[in-house]
Amino acid sequence: MSQFLNDYIKVKKHNFRVGVKKARISKNCYLFLAPYAIIFTMFFVMPVVISIFFSFTYYNILEAPRFIGVQNYISLFLEDDIFLISIKNTFMIAILTGPLGYIGSFLFAWLINELPRWVRSVAVVIFYAPSIAGNCYVIFSVFFRGDSYGPVNAFLMNWGFIDTPILFFTNPAWMLPICMIVILWMSLGAGFLSFVAGLQGVDKSQYEAGYMDGIKNRWQELWYITLPNMKPMLMFGAVMSITQAFGVCDVTMALCGYPSTDYAARTIVTHLFDYGFSRFEMGYACSIATILFLIMILCNKAIQSFLSRVGT
Amino acid sequence: MSNTTNNTTENKNLELENGEVMNEEIRETTEAAVDELYVPDDYFSEEAPAAEEETAAVAEEAAAPLEPLIQKKPDKKKKKDEDDDMSYHKPIIKRRKPNRSIAGDIFLYIFLILVAMLMFFPIVYAVESALKPLDELYKFPPKIFAQNPTLDNFSDLFVTLSKSWVSFGRYLFNTVFITFAGTAGHLFLASMAAFVLAKYEFPGGKTFFKIVTVAMMFTGYVTGIPNYIIMSKLGMIDTYWSIIIPAFASPMGLFLMKQFMEGLPTSLIEAAKIDGATEWCVFSKIVMPNVKPAWLTLIIFSVQALWNNRASTLIYSEEMKTLPYAMQQIQAGGIARTGEAAAVLVVLMVVPIAIFIFSESQILETMASSGLKD
Repeated sequence: MSQFLNDYIKVKKHNFRVGVKKARISKNCYLFLAPYAIIFTMFFVMPVVISIFFSFTYYNILEAPRFIGVQNYISLFLEDDIFLISIKNTFMIAILTGPLGYIGSFLFAWLINELPRWVRSVAVVIFYAPSIAGNCYVIFSVFFRGDSYGPVNAFLMNWGFIDTPILFFTNPAWMLPICMIVILWMSLGAGFLSFVAGLQGVDKSQYEAGYMDGIKNRWQELWYITLPNMKPMLMFGAVMSITQAFGVCDVTMALCGYPSTDYAARTIVTHLFDYGFSRFEMGYACSIATILFLIMILCNKAIQSFLSRVGT
Repeated sequence: MSNTTNNTTENKNLELENGEVMNEEIRETTEAAVDELYVPDDYFSEEAPAAEEETAAVAEEAAAPLEPLIQKKPDKKKKKDEDDDMSYHKPIIKRRKPNRSIAGDIFLYIFLILVAMLMFFPIVYAVESALKPLDELYKFPPKIFAQNPTLDNFSDLFVTLSKSWVSFGRYLFNTVFITFAGTAGHLFLASMAAFVLAKYEFPGGKTFFKIVTVAMMFTGYVTGIPNYIIMSKLGMIDTYWSIIIPAFASPMGLFLMKQFMEGLPTSLIEAAKIDGATEWCVFSKIVMPNVKPAWLTLIIFSVQALWNNRASTLIYSEEMKTLPYAMQQIQAGGIARTGEAAAVLVVLMVVPIAIFIFSESQILETMASSGLKD
C-alpha cells in the first residue's frame, strides 16, 4: 500500500513539474488569456462563490454578515410557502416550455432546411425575430387586455362565448398559461440559429449512403443521420434552453405584475429579486440563487446524458 | 462546367458579328453541354430510380382499370418512349430527393406558413398599434389593422422625451456609448482569449473553457446581487463602467469565437510562425482578418444585450440612465400614453432586428461551428 502511495505521489509530482514547464513555455498564452480571464473571474465566477458563501449567513448590506449555518435553506423549504409556490411555477414553466421550445427550435430549423435559400433566410428572420425584439412581449398585455377593448376579449364577447371580459392577468387560473404561450413564442433563440447553421453543414454524402442502405422515410433519415450529426449543436441548444426555461422572470413580471395576484406567476428569479432588491435580505436571496445554480447544473448533466443516447 | 462557360463567352464574342445564326449555335451547344452534365449528376445509381419508376407504374395501373383494355397497350408503349426521353430531359419529379412525398411536402409547407404567420403576428400587431391614433386603440370591436394610420405616436414620443428633465439626447448617448464601448471591448478581449484557447494547448485552458460553458447558463438576475456587492467594493456603482466592464467578459461571445477559430487551419499559424511572426502578429494580422463572420456574430449578441440594458440597479443618477429605461417610464404612463407605449416597443425592437437582417449570413456561418463537444 505504501509502495503504491509513493508511486502515486511520484507520478503526481512528475505531472505537476511537467505542467509547470508547459506553463512556462506557453507564457504568451496566459498573457493573451489574462484580461478576459480576470474580468470573467471577477464578474462571473466570483458572484457564484460569493452567493454560496452568503447563503450561509444573514446579511442585509448595512450590518456585517453573520454566520447562521443552513438556516436559510431550512426556512426556504420549511417556512417559506411563497418559495414553494415559486418553485412549482418555475418547474411548470420549465418543464412545459423548455422541452417544447427546444424541440420546436429543432423542428422548425429542420423543416426550413430544405427550402430554397432566400425563403430560408426570410423564414429564419421571422422565427428568430421574437426572441430579439426587445421587450416586444409587452404587446401581449394589450392583446390579452382585461377589458373589452382587448382583441381576445372582444373576439370572445363578439361571438358570444363569454359575456364579461376575462381578467387574463389578474385571474390566477389564466396567468401561467398565457405566460407560457409568450415564453414559447420567444423560445426560438440562439439555439435555433445554431440548429439552422448546423443542419446546413451536415455532410450530403451521408444521406446518399443512407439511401443505399435502405432508409425509407424522412423520419428514419432524421433519426439515423441528421440527429447524430447534430449532437454538438443539440448540446449547445440544450444549454440555451435551460437558461431560458429557468431564468424566466422578465415576462411574468411585465405581464402579470410584481407581485402578481396570489403569487400565481411568481418564479424563483422573481422571488430572488424580491428578497434581494426589495427587502435587502441578501443572505436569503443568495441561498435562492445557489439553489437555482444547482438546479441548472443538474439539469444540464441530465440532458447531456440523455443526448448521448440519441441516434443509437 | 468551365468548359461550357468558356464556349459561351467565346460564342458571345462571335455573336456580335454574326447575329442570329450564332445565337442558335450557342443555344445548341449549351443545351448539349448541359445535358451531358446532367447525366452523371444523379443522386444515386440505378437502384433507386428503378424503384421510383416501379411505384409510378403501380400507381398508373391502379388508375388504369377505369379505362378500356384496348387503350392500355399503346399507352404502355407511349410510356416507354417517354422514359427514354426522360433519361435526357429529366422531369422535376425525378430530381426530388428520395424519401420525400409531395403530399408530405405540401402539408409541411402549409404548416410552416401557418406557424410563421402566428409567430410574426404579434410583431405586426405591435407595429400596427404604434400606427393607430388613440381613438382607434380603444375601439370596440378592435381592429387589427389601423384604419387611418398616423405617425402621431412617434412624434408624441419625441415631444415627451425632449420635454423630460434629462434630454433625450443624453439618454440616447448613454445607451449608444454603453453599447459601443461594451461591444468593442468584448470583441477585443474575447477574441484574444478565444485565440489561445482554440489554437494552443496549455495547462488550465480546457478547464477554463468548461467553466465558461457552464457560466453561459447564468442569467444576469441570478448573479445580480453578488455583482452589486462586488461593484460597490470596487467603487463602480453609478458609473458607466458597472455596465460596460462585465459586458467585456460575456461567456457567449468567447464560446462562439473559440468554436469558430477552431475551424481555422493550424498550418496557417505555423507558417506565419516559421516566417518569424510573434504571437501578437499572428493574432492581429492572420487570425482576426480570417474570422470576420464571427466578429459580426459577437457584435450582434453583445448589442442585443446592451441595447436593451435598463441598468436600473447599478446606475441611479438620472442623467446616466439608458434609453430603454426612459422609454419604460413613458410606457408606465397609463392609458393616456398607450399610443406612445406602442411606439416605444417599435423603437426598441427595430435596432436588433435590423442588425440581424443585415448580418444574417455571417451569423449563420459562425453558428455552424457553435456545437458543444463533451
